[in-house]
Amino acid sequence: MELNEALFQFCLRRGDDTHVLSHRLGEWCGHGPVLEEDMALTNRALDLLGQARNYLQYAGQVEGKGRSEDDLAYLRNERGYVNCKLVEQPNGDYAHTIAKCFLFDAWHLPFLKAQLDSKDEQLAAIAGKAVKEATYHLRHSSEWMVRFGDGTEESHQRAQQALHDLWTFTGELFETDEVYTTLQQAGIVPDLGPIKEAFDRTVNEVLAEATLKRPEDEFMASGGRKGQHTEHLGHMLGEMQFLQRAHPGAQW
Amino acid sequence: MSNDNEKDWPLWEVFIQSKRGLDHKHVGSLHAADAGMAIENARDVYTRRGEGNSIWVVKAEHVHASNPDDAESFYDPADDKVYRHPTFYTMPEGAKYI
Repeated sequence: MELNEALFQFCLRRGDDTHVLSHRLGEWCGHGPVLEEDMALTNRALDLLGQARNYLQYAGQVEGKGRSEDDLAYLRNERGYVNCKLVEQPNGDYAHTIAKCFLFDAWHLPFLKAQLDSKDEQLAAIAGKAVKEATYHLRHSSEWMVRFGDGTEESHQRAQQALHDLWTFTGELFETDEVYTTLQQAGIVPDLGPIKEAFDRTVNEVLAEATLKRPEDEFMASGGRKGQHTEHLGHMLGEMQFLQRAHPGAQW
Repeated sequence: MSNDNEKDWPLWEVFIQSKRGLDHKHVGSLHAADAGMAIENARDVYTRRGEGNSIWVVKAEHVHASNPDDAESFYDPADDKVYRHPTFYTMPEGAKYI
């Protein structure tokens, strides 16, 4: 596989991961359980949106066909999206949202830290900015996992259920394919081994403190990187892309 | 949101220092279950536009206020004592925050 094509795909994946999660968190805007959490989640959403813009701008540049970040975000359909399935899952209750963020963050932070050493200067620079944001994100979601898990009987049960429901989507975070290995050989993306170890360490520590049980690794969902998604992504994109589809090129 | 006071998180007062060396200023209040959460919430609610580099929080119930009815006896006596103001000095040029 050509290096440039692999780099384009990788930027799309990172851009879609952060953009889709950002949109999901944005859905909480005005609906948060308390004002303070409403702000916390929308802050996070904006952090992720900023990261998504960086990746998608760079993707357009690498591709060299004149597609802008907006073209890539709003004019690709579901099968063209290559985010992991974890981030597209509906928000559910607050425990579900937090568990989804926590599992993502536990992977995202060590990934970004390793990406700081990328031989691709642009990716290293994006990681440099994002790593500070992701550090706070993990702190926020970890604290809530502990509050839910070690809280009341009901909050414990809901957090445990959320972990159970979402665990199947964690396998995809550590998958490699031709795109990934091509870039890894070029020193552009990191070895996933240490990142998996860091993920396991964080998850085990936080869940132990939260008195929650780590789900067993059973069937792991896959396919997001190939554009095969759960039924939820299409609905989400339908809403997210509506304006650009109905009024192409609209500006305000 | 629950209206049951028993279940509501306590109120915290938030103080932000905008720059090293300056005072922490009261910026508002928020709800949180404990001090750690109050600091994180303050970060999210009150420092979004680069307002701060240090946060203090204190439970609102620990703030005791003077009584407005005491205003005359508390503050009026200072009105005619201009000699207490350091207005008889010339300020050195370039001195800030005095």
